[in-house]
Amino acid sequence: MPNYHGLYSLLWSQLVPLLLLLIFIVIDASVKELFIFERLPESIILIGQDEVNYSVNVIKDNIRNLDVLISLDILSIESANGLYNQYFLYRTLFLSIISLLSGALGFFAISRLNMRFDARRNVEKILRFIFFIFSTVAVLTTFGIVLSLIFETLRFFSQVGFTEFMFGTHWSPQTAIREDQVGSSGSFGAIPIFTGTLLITFIAMIVAAPLGLYSAIYLSQYAKPSVRNYFKPMLEILAGIPTVVYGFFAALSVGPFIRSSGETLGLTVSTESALAAGLVMGIMIIPYVSSLSDDVMSAVPESLRDGSLALGATKSETIKKVIFPAALPGIVGAMLLAISRAIGETMIVVMAAGLAANLTANPLSAVTTVTVQIVTLLVGDQEFDSPKTLAAFALGLVLFFITLILNVIAMITVRRYRERYD
Amino acid sequence: MTDKALTLKRKFAETRFKIYGLASLFLAMVMLVVIISSMTYRSIPAFTNYGINLEIKLANEFIDKDDLDYRGIIRETIFSLDSECDDRKCRRSFSKLFSSGAAYDLRDALEEDESLYEKNFNFYILFSDDADLFYKFGIDKNLPENERRLNDQEILWLEGFQEKGLVEKKFSSNLFTNGDSREPEIAGVLGAVIGSMYTILITLIISFPIGVLAAIYLESFASKNRITDFIEVNINNLAAVPSIVFGLLGLALFINFFGMPRSAPLVGGCVLSLMTLPVIIIATRASLQSVPPSIREAALAMGASEMQVVFQHILPAALPGILTGTIIGLARAFGESAPLLLIGMVAFVVDIPQSVMDPATALPVQVYIWADSPERAFVAKTSAATLVLIFLLIIINLAAVILRKKYELKW
Amino acid sequence: MVTEMDQNINIDDVDTKMEKKSLIHCTDVNVFYDDKQALFNVDLNINEKEVTSLIGPSGCGKSTFIRCLNRMNDVIETCSFNGSIIINGQDIYDPEIDVVELRAKIGMVFQKPNPFPKSVFDNVAYGPKLHGRFLNKSDMNNKVEDSLIKAGLWDEIKDRLNEPGTALSGGQQQRLCIARAIAVDPEIILMDEPCSALDPIATARIEELIDELKVNYTIVIVTHSMQQAARVSQRTAFFHLGNLIEVGDTGKIFRSPDNEQTEAYVTGRYG
Repeated sequence: MPNYHGLYSLLWSQLVPLLLLLIFIVIDASVKELFIFERLPESIILIGQDEVNYSVNVIKDNIRNLDVLISLDILSIESANGLYNQYFLYRTLFLSIISLLSGALGFFAISRLNMRFDARRNVEKILRFIFFIFSTVAVLTTFGIVLSLIFETLRFFSQVGFTEFMFGTHWSPQTAIREDQVGSSGSFGAIPIFTGTLLITFIAMIVAAPLGLYSAIYLSQYAKPSVRNYFKPMLEILAGIPTVVYGFFAALSVGPFIRSSGETLGLTVSTESALAAGLVMGIMIIPYVSSLSDDVMSAVPESLRDGSLALGATKSETIKKVIFPAALPGIVGAMLLAISRAIGETMIVVMAAGLAANLTANPLSAVTTVTVQIVTLLVGDQEFDSPKTLAAFALGLVLFFITLILNVIAMITVRRYRERYD
Repeated sequence: MTDKALTLKRKFAETRFKIYGLASLFLAMVMLVVIISSMTYRSIPAFTNYGINLEIKLANEFIDKDDLDYRGIIRETIFSLDSECDDRKCRRSFSKLFSSGAAYDLRDALEEDESLYEKNFNFYILFSDDADLFYKFGIDKNLPENERRLNDQEILWLEGFQEKGLVEKKFSSNLFTNGDSREPEIAGVLGAVIGSMYTILITLIISFPIGVLAAIYLESFASKNRITDFIEVNINNLAAVPSIVFGLLGLALFINFFGMPRSAPLVGGCVLSLMTLPVIIIATRASLQSVPPSIREAALAMGASEMQVVFQHILPAALPGILTGTIIGLARAFGESAPLLLIGMVAFVVDIPQSVMDPATALPVQVYIWADSPERAFVAKTSAATLVLIFLLIIINLAAVILRKKYELKW
Repeated sequence: MVTEMDQNINIDDVDTKMEKKSLIHCTDVNVFYDDKQALFNVDLNINEKEVTSLIGPSGCGKSTFIRCLNRMNDVIETCSFNGSIIINGQDIYDPEIDVVELRAKIGMVFQKPNPFPKSVFDNVAYGPKLHGRFLNKSDMNNKVEDSLIKAGLWDEIKDRLNEPGTALSGGQQQRLCIARAIAVDPEIILMDEPCSALDPIATARIEELIDELKVNYTIVIVTHSMQQAARVSQRTAFFHLGNLIEVGDTGKIFRSPDNEQTEAYVTGRYG
């Protein structure tokens, strides 16, 4: 088995060094910054954080080129020279350690090889371990999300009270430019944001639940297979259209349309009304409702349908009184997933809903949502310690947990339902 | 109630119910058609542009090819149209009617054909967006002058050009050949498309191997225990986490913690690959499951190891399904914009990105940026960009469909 | 529609056969699934108030045939029918006929017990409610009790009427399905291998029940067990490859059939 012998040595000699190389790439930027900070002249540090950030970035981008480094006004010639040498020493050292390690490990692996050595089993053991590591990436991602959100959120709550955030009814995160201005700290009562999110989600579900469910009923119970094969993918296209397109459509066509029709009726309608965003979002999630509902209703055993029909029930009576109740847990799961999708949807609301945090249940007025606020607070330049940017992470944490709970409940109900009829 | 009346009522209910179903389906389809056709309709103006044919006189001039003032030449040429316009204010107003891209067009034309340097020749100068819109849609002259994009004098000029027969409408390929610009008439999606390509490439490189190998582990090697159960729940949940949360993760972890560059497709690709990973894992597991166990048993009975069975027999059989799932996951990532906003891929980038480290934007984000721009001409550009986006997605999905049809194995 | 018609059909039949008159007349029944023919020119008369069993090897068309009698084959997209089936003088494949009303007159019990995921009570009350009968609560209670008594289930589960039907044992579930069918007062009960999913004791209980039911109902039963056919039925029809080979009194079919194939099958040499 010479193949396995080769593979065995390859794995031994490359695996650890590759990992180290990855670490090197990841930490390279931070190390650069560290070196630069050491040498940054006092004068720049005194000016302020923005200037420091700018200078660090400029030096970082030019660290490979000593001439440019020297020509920059920020560093003195000595420190530019020093920085250049220090960085390249570190780089060369790290990389040579990696190559030496690679050689040594490879040599060790080759020395273990002989005719009786079972390379295949060893190789498979190593591969199996690598695959296991890969399969934990999903878990690591979840941990990464939770940890980074919690970390930033804690920093937020060190500056803003928890109760103010969760139960406050006034939201205006724009901190004033000068310290002495009124309301310079901003206010972070998130209730209007939560109600706005709920309002838009509610409108979306009013559209998507009946349309999706009835479409699913028609497709799974009435339509001929040929019709079904044609229309099911058509419906899925609605889910495949990028949300930014829906957002543009909502902002450009639906919003003004609702506004002008409202005005004809003598109503005051905001151009960025919750109704416009909710309606379009509803259209977007129709396929999320219909496709899973279709699956669960098709999974209801034929025998139940036949039993009902044989008693002289019409098709619609059979659907309403037997198939629908039997499929209810699965349908509830589908609805929960759709709600979770609507709560987390970003682009439609960013483009079609407003920024003003109004505490209202009027679908014709503008409201804002959790996702809109996250985007608004984090897009553009900002420093990372202000409560304004940290608030986005607190909102993100709330969003993550609410959708997590909805998803888990939905997954459990659907799974139980599947097990019942399998 | 008599039997007959009841039967009638039940029949009526049956018909009504069926009509509800049909109507819902129909309504959903109508919305699809409305969205696509409204985008198409509104994008039409983006594919043409009005311009003016003027003679550029270089014949008798001394020209330094390396340091030519293209802008100056254009200005000189357009001011020849109205010699009375000689004060600053008038000149500014007049030159506002022409695209600032005309200078670049001239440079390109001269670089392409060197003989032009010694000639007088006719050159097509693009109008600016406001003038272009005037020819396309007209203007409401009843509005007070200061609420219009064009004042009375400017309208007079434009009408004058038209009367002289100088105005010409041409197909404009700027949308496909240019990067972003502040000027709607020269802005294009090429930069954004390239940015999207880089981002998706990174996504593919990261998520495909990890996703497939993770799925193989979970499906073929992992024993059923708490750890694998936990991993599974995680994967399923991750598939339903709102995309913007991945953006927050990218911002906090990749940019703030690891110090990776903002606005780079590299970071965008990393974030999107975390999002695509669960899709690929789920699709791969499904297609591994669809390979009948008899194949595995047959190979095992021949003395192949578990690993050999997977890589030599099961994986090849499951590959079409895996690739289809991967393409669908990538298509989703391709249309995604929310997480990219948070990691700074929403920047105004004129240059076409040359590598995964260059600042770039993605096509869906470009749509968002343009939709946010106040210039009216961007409406058509944005609609056209959404069409390009949808068109590319259709191609990607078509690839998946064809792949599935062609290599689908029947067991 | 049924009762008025009873009097004026097939007086001859009643005269000649003396004890039994025939209720269902099938002439030239052909059934196709897409292009594949499942039944070939089947002619069969089924007598009132007795048990007729349909036997034959699997795939012989006996289930297809029984599903023609209440037009359950309509549910299958690819299935097409030609021929005529007359029940009480009415051609049930007449386009004027409402299948919903037809099925209300003909009960059906399926291979696998299929109680609805509702309470026992609601399972039985389902049919009457659909057809707008016994709207009064106590009438309905009586009807449910009566049907459960007739299905021989009342004593076992009278305290468990609110439990889900799916919580009963397999045999009880199947009797619940019979009660559910009885509750709409059908004239005919079709049974498609009603015991194939049950253990021997539950099977025996159902067979007893069939014997009791034949006093009031015309019963057609498909079975794969020849012993069961011999035990419960008065007449037996043998199907093979979509053809009706032979039909006659059960005793005759099992002791001295006219046809060689029938003999081969009932003596266990074939099938």
